[in-house]
Amino acid sequence: MRAWQRLAWTALSLLAFLALWQFLSFLVASRTVPSPLLVLDALIAAAEGGRLFYHISATLGRVGAAFFIALLLGSAVGILLGRAPKLDRLFNSWLVLFLNLPALVVIILCYVWFGLTEAAAVTAVAINKIPNVAVIMREGALALDRDLAEMARVYRFGAWKTLRHVVLPQLVPFFAAAARSGLALVWKIVLVVELLGRSSGVGFELYMAFQLFDVATILAYAFAFILVIQLIELALLQPWERAVNRWRR
Amino acid sequence: MTGLEIEITQKRFPAVGNAPPLLVYRSFRLSVEPGTFLCLLGPSGIGKTTLLNMIAGLDSDFEGRIVFHGRGTPRIAYAFQSPRLLPWRTLLENLLLVLPSTSEARERIEILLQEVGLADAAHVYPERLSLGMQRRAALARAFAVEPDLLLMDEPFVSLDEPTADRLRDLLCRLLERHPATVLFVTHDSREALRLADRILLLEGPAPAQIRRDLTVPMSREERRDKAQIEALHQQLLTS
Repeated sequence: MRAWQRLAWTALSLLAFLALWQFLSFLVASRTVPSPLLVLDALIAAAEGGRLFYHISATLGRVGAAFFIALLLGSAVGILLGRAPKLDRLFNSWLVLFLNLPALVVIILCYVWFGLTEAAAVTAVAINKIPNVAVIMREGALALDRDLAEMARVYRFGAWKTLRHVVLPQLVPFFAAAARSGLALVWKIVLVVELLGRSSGVGFELYMAFQLFDVATILAYAFAFILVIQLIELALLQPWERAVNRWRR
Repeated sequence: MTGLEIEITQKRFPAVGNAPPLLVYRSFRLSVEPGTFLCLLGPSGIGKTTLLNMIAGLDSDFEGRIVFHGRGTPRIAYAFQSPRLLPWRTLLENLLLVLPSTSEARERIEILLQEVGLADAAHVYPERLSLGMQRRAALARAFAVEPDLLLMDEPFVSLDEPTADRLRDLLCRLLERHPATVLFVTHDSREALRLADRILLLEGPAPAQIRRDLTVPMSREERRDKAQIEALHQQLLTS
């Protein structure tokens, strides 16, 4: 399929979605099911005062910080566990515990222990994501090629060269998977964190709109944020993945 | 160049699953003069690769010792059975990685790539090349470190015969220009006669025994002649 054909199909599919939505809102005819046009109005209203931009950038800042910390620490933990079977046996049940700990519990505990601060908010989100990243990266570290490791040893690559040219390139697909699923998970948790204890961000705005039963604004923020996340995926993640996968046949 | 003295009191692989433990070597002695091209010839699974791995320092789980004669620690290069190039680095990058990053190193690598006929493929990723070309690159990488000792583990298997033969010629040319002690593992007796100064015939069942230790009385030119090799093969290795 050519590019414009793919684009046309996407456009058609979105139009169908909008049409169905318009029809349903017409059918229900209630303020709680606003039509697409009303949502667009709400979006423009939010954008005009600069509120939309302010809150989205506050949320994005938290998403970025938590995402970065989670990927860094999660990768370190995962690679370590993948390389050291004894550590893995010792800490595997911790990992399972944290994997199944509800996000809400972590958020509440962080706020209780560290206060309603920015650091507590970001920490809570990062803790939610770290075990996830660690599990994925552990799989990657377990799958490392022994033949190439031996080659690096014989030719005396040393620790740094081995890490950079032998180990990390093998972990790229796992890292990309962790980043992809991470982005989707992190921004959803950030909204909850904001709803519970921050006075800025999309989560906070959603809470305010909820108090007023202002569904149009809620949907406006949701769509604006989906758009931003899609942009990050298209403009950052995908080009990066293409660049590191150039060598594949 | 380096000579070496191998004395393995015992090397065993522990039991894995239902397979019993395997005693690969017991009281195995071998000494190799500097500059010798030694072929280890024997059936698969007898422990030839294990011996190379022990010499390379990749497998230190054995009783015994391996001593190198020469100045300091020898530079060892290892041409594995598969090329073991990093698929995410170009040929040039793969070769550059085995040397410290200096401009002389780069020059040497470029000359080596020319010597093995891969100058045009320098910026190509390995998996886009044929197996023969990948093996040539692996050979160039081995010579890049200016090895005192070159370990080769069936480096020309799974190639068609003409390609394998061209690579054997290439190996001989490279060795003339960059002399080294070579330990070459193969199960192809004609290949051994074609290349080696000395052939060690290993024999099972485990632990591996040296059945025969042959010196090959042929000049470089004579070896190119298939008939000569065949004659010597009849004389030496069929009994």
